[in-house]
Amino acid sequence: MSKEIFFMKGNEALAEASIRANCKGYFGYPITPQSEVLEYLSEEGVKRGMVVLQAESEVASINMVYGASGAGFRVMTSSSSPGISLMQEGISYIASAELPCLIVNINRGGPGLGTIQPSQGDYFQSTKGGGHGDYKLIVLAPSTVQEMADFVFDGFYLAEKYRNPVMILADGALGQMMEKVSFTKTLEQNLFDKSSWTTTGKQNSRERNIITSLHIQPEKMEEVNLHLQKKYKTIEENEVQYELINSENMEYLFVAYGLSARISHRTIEIANENGFKCGLLRPKTLFPFPHKILEELSPKLKKIFVVEMNAGQMLEDVKLSVEGKCKVGFYGRMGGMIPSPEEVFEKFLEFQKQI
Amino acid sequence: MSEEILLDEKIICEEFDCVWEKPETLTENKMHYCPGCGHGVVHKILMEVIEEMNLQSETIGVAPVGCSVFAYNYMNVDMQGAAHGRAAAVATGIKRMLPNKIVFSYQGDGDLAAIGTAETIHTANRGENILVIFINNAIYGMTGGQMAPTTILGMKTSTTPFGREATSQGFPFKITDLIAQLPATHFVTRQSVHTPNAVRYCKKAIQKAIKYQKENKGYCLIEVVSNCPSGWKMTPLVSNKWMEENMFPQYPIGDLKDNGILITKKEFTK
Repeated sequence: MSKEIFFMKGNEALAEASIRANCKGYFGYPITPQSEVLEYLSEEGVKRGMVVLQAESEVASINMVYGASGAGFRVMTSSSSPGISLMQEGISYIASAELPCLIVNINRGGPGLGTIQPSQGDYFQSTKGGGHGDYKLIVLAPSTVQEMADFVFDGFYLAEKYRNPVMILADGALGQMMEKVSFTKTLEQNLFDKSSWTTTGKQNSRERNIITSLHIQPEKMEEVNLHLQKKYKTIEENEVQYELINSENMEYLFVAYGLSARISHRTIEIANENGFKCGLLRPKTLFPFPHKILEELSPKLKKIFVVEMNAGQMLEDVKLSVEGKCKVGFYGRMGGMIPSPEEVFEKFLEFQKQI
Repeated sequence: MSEEILLDEKIICEEFDCVWEKPETLTENKMHYCPGCGHGVVHKILMEVIEEMNLQSETIGVAPVGCSVFAYNYMNVDMQGAAHGRAAAVATGIKRMLPNKIVFSYQGDGDLAAIGTAETIHTANRGENILVIFINNAIYGMTGGQMAPTTILGMKTSTTPFGREATSQGFPFKITDLIAQLPATHFVTRQSVHTPNAVRYCKKAIQKAIKYQKENKGYCLIEVVSNCPSGWKMTPLVSNKWMEENMFPQYPIGDLKDNGILITKKEFTK
């Protein structure tokens, strides 16, 4: 049987994928540019047996996710930047209590109420924790509608494997654009045994299960922190995903994710037509960040050029990876503006000429 | 000299008929609550009801932030600890996924009526089929006795050292009255646990609410007007008297709504 191909918006593809990935509960609040997720699931999800609830706020929806995940179910929420800011408290609790769930951020321009146009300004709040305390989310960055769908499956898998919240960080353009997509991935309902920690009613055969992030004794809280840090290290060792394009004999490396990576892909084509040997590194996981490959590549490169739709956030991680072994340049637009490949090429030329 | 009599726990239990036994649904942990506080009593009767109705394996509780943040140390049922004010949202998440289980949240006045007001009201307005236990002692006990939304006018707390003043600090928030008005709520009552009689009434209310939940009747709220001897800086006895004289006129004891029907209030007379 040939695979069925759909023509869908990124948000809809993501929502459809969540149903197919056996997600059992969705709790969300409307916000542009991600409302299609809530709308799609309110109809299709409900028809196909998903619990879908429009909460009174993002604060409530993330805490509903906390409760529902603690009850042992595969659950998710989605929002856009200001809504994700509101969720940060709940995400910190979820990370501390080690509750698997999927959080989708269809990034729009900020700060403040900002704009509804696409942005990558939430890189910091997504990859560096976001709320209080030392914790990390696993952050996946799709750059096509196909990946908007695929990363839902990967996201739930990673969330449950590590008992850690996973974020899909995509910009508003990826949420709104229509592309062809097929749903080829599957995800079993009961991947991992959760009975040792979920609150489903205390059976005589076991002690009560308690889900909490409170450990008032500092010795105990430090233990929890050490355990979390160990887990993040394991994730960094095992789960890095990236795409390396046109890397043979390259002298210049572009680094970009999401929509910026699509733009940069065209830019390196223009650059190569103009006689530059350019490659592109596209991180698919922003945490864990592909430090190692950058570290390996950087001594062989003339220069690295980072492209983002923000003021230079991933740029810091690139610089940390390179450790001064290679000159790193940057071009970014902010506030919902999307750079054109030609514009990026011009900025690259300026940077390339610098000594 | 007569033989020394050792008042050993074992001897007492052996020699006398057992009149009360700790339910299985309470753990062995010693409670951290201050002497005279109502929390321990409410924990006890709630857990007695869960055991009497044979619901230990069916119950999931949600603990708040506040004095009862450690409720799960005492209640021997599966529990989740929520962020401050978010217990109703967490309980909603659990109940929506496990509609056949008994779900309760246990919250104080700051948690339920200040920081968690939105979650409280909307959970009630959706008629979530859960039980919310609301301990109203008109003060923030855990953080050291600051003003609560339910602090009564003139009452001195560490953040209302001259007494709560309506003009700058607002009026005591009667959130239970507000919730009773919402069409989706099924049973809303205000109780206390300061006398044996009151404890019996409160326990009956809990039994009723759990029964309603089993019958899928919807949202039930039990406010327990309680004392806080430490926060109020009174002895337990004095605090109970003060509660009767000052809190009850503001928060009259009795059902506000039952079976989804508002109960017409009699004028409260002292």
